[in-house]
Amino acid sequence: MSLRALELLNLPDETCFLLDIGCGSGLSGEILDDEGHIWIGLDISPSMLQVALDREVEGDLFLQDIGQGMNFRPGTFDGAISISVLQWLCNADQQSHNPKSRLTRFFSTLYASLKRGARAVFQLYPENDDQCELIMNVAMRCGFEGGLVVDYPNSKKAKKYYLCLFAGQIPGGQKQQIPQALGEEKEEHDVIYSNQRIRERQKGKQRKSVKNRDWVLHKKEVARTRGKKDVPFDSKYTGRKRRPKF
Amino acid sequence: MRLVTHNMLQCHVKGCNSNNFPLQLSDVEIEIQETDFNPKFLRNMLSKLEWNALVKTALEINITTLPNVLPNDLDEEFLKMLHRVLLETHIKQGQMICPNCNHTYPIKDGIPNMLLSETET
Repeated sequence: MSLRALELLNLPDETCFLLDIGCGSGLSGEILDDEGHIWIGLDISPSMLQVALDREVEGDLFLQDIGQGMNFRPGTFDGAISISVLQWLCNADQQSHNPKSRLTRFFSTLYASLKRGARAVFQLYPENDDQCELIMNVAMRCGFEGGLVVDYPNSKKAKKYYLCLFAGQIPGGQKQQIPQALGEEKEEHDVIYSNQRIRERQKGKQRKSVKNRDWVLHKKEVARTRGKKDVPFDSKYTGRKRRPKF
Repeated sequence: MRLVTHNMLQCHVKGCNSNNFPLQLSDVEIEIQETDFNPKFLRNMLSKLEWNALVKTALEINITTLPNVLPNDLDEEFLKMLHRVLLETHIKQGQMICPNCNHTYPIKDGIPNMLLSETET
């Protein structure tokens, strides 16, 4: 999932400064390490962070409640990923918690801390469509562009929601597009298939005849060894084309 | 926590919007952890760094190798020194204090505790 999120981030091929929101025990961080990125992880659970410390991940860890906002200077990060976290922000664990205001604070501070044109990819398990809509609404209101990418929408098990957000557009760059989801390009596949068929038929027309002189000689040789009697003699005319009929 | 990260941090207590950077370090314990040298990344990061704040922070924890003004030509030696300061110097214990609202963020085992109380959010 982290790899897919990283792919959706569409980073340039160099070391980037990334944010891992809800890093937990550092599973996703390890993948970021492998890809050679420098990252900062946030998590609200001290015990999970302790596990991450024991695993000796490379990134810097923070004990932080993302509903309270982030405290990074504007334009710090080249991208942010978050694996299976965002739905927790919709829960009100304490009476004073208001999911909407917490989401607003989270997204607005995140928007500020990202570089212009940077992407944030959230893998999430929304409880229902309302929750999805709430999260999207808040994100859009905070200035993000982008949308939901649903991988394998027809599979119950492999179905994954990725919220793909852009913090503005790259200055002078082309407009960012929501990436293509996996496992839903069925129609496109059909088109490719029919293309192949047409090409095959064309190939048939252009194909060269295999019945050349060598082939005829070989056939005759085989017939003779099998003892056939009326095999014509070989001559310089063998395997030649007949002159066209007038 | 690496110093490069510290350079990105500001206080996020609600209403504390000015003079909230850099967070002051006190009672710190420092550890050096060696990592791979990556000059390209450092060059990219330079535009994001607040140099004055970095120098100030470095002096607070007795690192005096940084020049007061960012030099124009970035030779290998300078970048190596910068790498040492930014990416290999870890703050293990101590606390960070906001210069504006005096909120204290404790650092334990290299993990800063950025949780706020109800009244501060």
